[in-house]
Amino acid sequence: MLVPGSAEGRLLRLKAPISLWGGINPRSGVIIDPRHPDYGTNIAGMVLAIPGAVGSSSSSAIMLELLREGTAPAAVIMGCADAILALGVLVSIELGHPACPVLEVKLTALDGVSEGALLRITSEGLILRP
Amino acid sequence: MTLNLTTEDRALLSGGDGEATALAMRILVSAAELLRARSLVQITSAHIDGCLYHGDGGVEFAETLVAAGGQVAVPTTLNVGALDLLHPGSVRADQSKTSMARRQMDAYVSMGAQPTFTCAPYQIGHEPGVGEQIAWGESNAIAFANSVLGARTERYGDFLDACCALTGRAPLYGLHIAKNREAKVVVDVTAVPGALKDQDVFYPVLGTWLGLEIGREIPLIVGLPPTVTRDQLKALGASAASTGAVALFHVLGVTPEAPTLDAVISKDGPVRQIALKPDMVRRALGRLTTADAAEQIDAVAVGSPHFSITEFEALLKLIRGRCFAIPFYACTARDTLRDLERRGDLHVLREAGVEIVADTCVVVTPILPESGSVLMTNSGKFAHYGPSNTGYDVVYGSLEDCVESALTGIVVRTEGIWSW
Repeated sequence: MLVPGSAEGRLLRLKAPISLWGGINPRSGVIIDPRHPDYGTNIAGMVLAIPGAVGSSSSSAIMLELLREGTAPAAVIMGCADAILALGVLVSIELGHPACPVLEVKLTALDGVSEGALLRITSEGLILRP
Repeated sequence: MTLNLTTEDRALLSGGDGEATALAMRILVSAAELLRARSLVQITSAHIDGCLYHGDGGVEFAETLVAAGGQVAVPTTLNVGALDLLHPGSVRADQSKTSMARRQMDAYVSMGAQPTFTCAPYQIGHEPGVGEQIAWGESNAIAFANSVLGARTERYGDFLDACCALTGRAPLYGLHIAKNREAKVVVDVTAVPGALKDQDVFYPVLGTWLGLEIGREIPLIVGLPPTVTRDQLKALGASAASTGAVALFHVLGVTPEAPTLDAVISKDGPVRQIALKPDMVRRALGRLTTADAAEQIDAVAVGSPHFSITEFEALLKLIRGRCFAIPFYACTARDTLRDLERRGDLHVLREAGVEIVADTCVVVTPILPESGSVLMTNSGKFAHYGPSNTGYDVVYGSLEDCVESALTGIVVRTEGIWSW
């Protein structure tokens, strides 16, 4: 687990890596990058599975904004670890704002789980289907 | 692999140097663990990218550090903010955004960082030496410090840059370690005509191609002339760090870590070889213009990275007493602006219609006219970020082309040099 914690939410798999900065509106949680295949989708409250993060290091600032605004995902599952995204969560914790668990997991582990399925992340880093 | 902390590291962590340093140290240690660093490394300077306003969280973070008594532990420069503090009113923002953006910039200054507000600290006297361990943010500054100066930094962004500055430490990983700085790709540009390689306009195009082609790998470029200028290398790195995540490039016979092939090429595993061909250059060139059919432009912007004094000298030579018909923005550091004033050049630029933007730039904050739709630039970075950040379509050209086009508003582009 990159950032420990427990959470519950519905699975949202992004089809491509994303840069939070310029990619997501922190006020709404909606994907605003018109070049992203999931353009228009809202990530708020979802268990977000992403292949990886790309782009600006300002993405940690956007992660903090999402957590402060209540528009963050319930949890993030990353195919490839990314310190920039996790850093935004660490700062949110330091400032007394909400956090969300961030896990590094081979995304093939989610094969067979249908889109929108309810998932529970345990504080031990297990992904369960309640 | 566990992170080994020294006695001094632990003392900072437990509050020996105050609560702000302890907070910064907690974040730094967590990040170092995420990055699988084995230890922390002492740094000699920091460049903080986190003074640019993205939302109230950034202000809260900086002011929390200030309230806890935060002071930088090493000489620290600041990247651009969201406001031009020297020309109030040039940025379109409501009262609340202006006030928050100002508070974010002020907070870092009150922690002892120098109010440089430039993305190119290396051209206003902040030049770490070969092998110096530093923690810099801002992708072009990172690429320049690693590549052209031979200093050692990873890609630090918001929050971590400040934590490094306050603790005087960085995670020891990645490009901080000599072994990880070796080239695994050789890019051969020998076939490119010398006449093209002498032109500034070639380097943003080369950088654009390089970033797209190699992503985050470390290239060795072979075949650039020893006369390549710092401004050209700056433009190359900035473009490569925009389209890719290039944080270090070597140029054989030019950059400090690449005196010979042997000195810089990785000995572990295969080294990829790419020869630059005309179609690759043309594709990269094409990508820098999104308004292909545009005959008219609404504005010109130069200075990403911030314009250097030598670039201003070139601009002054091209102006020759003429006057622009459309807005012409030149983004630069306040230090460079002071130099221009001292030399008596500032009024010449202003008379021609050059609007100097200091402390910030036209793609990070709303400055370009709301009514316009096409921007011409000689900057690969402006050409890359312009469309998504400003809503303007872009036309790429040389500085000469930008000046000639701004005299009438009609696009002038020199195409001949690209055919080889």
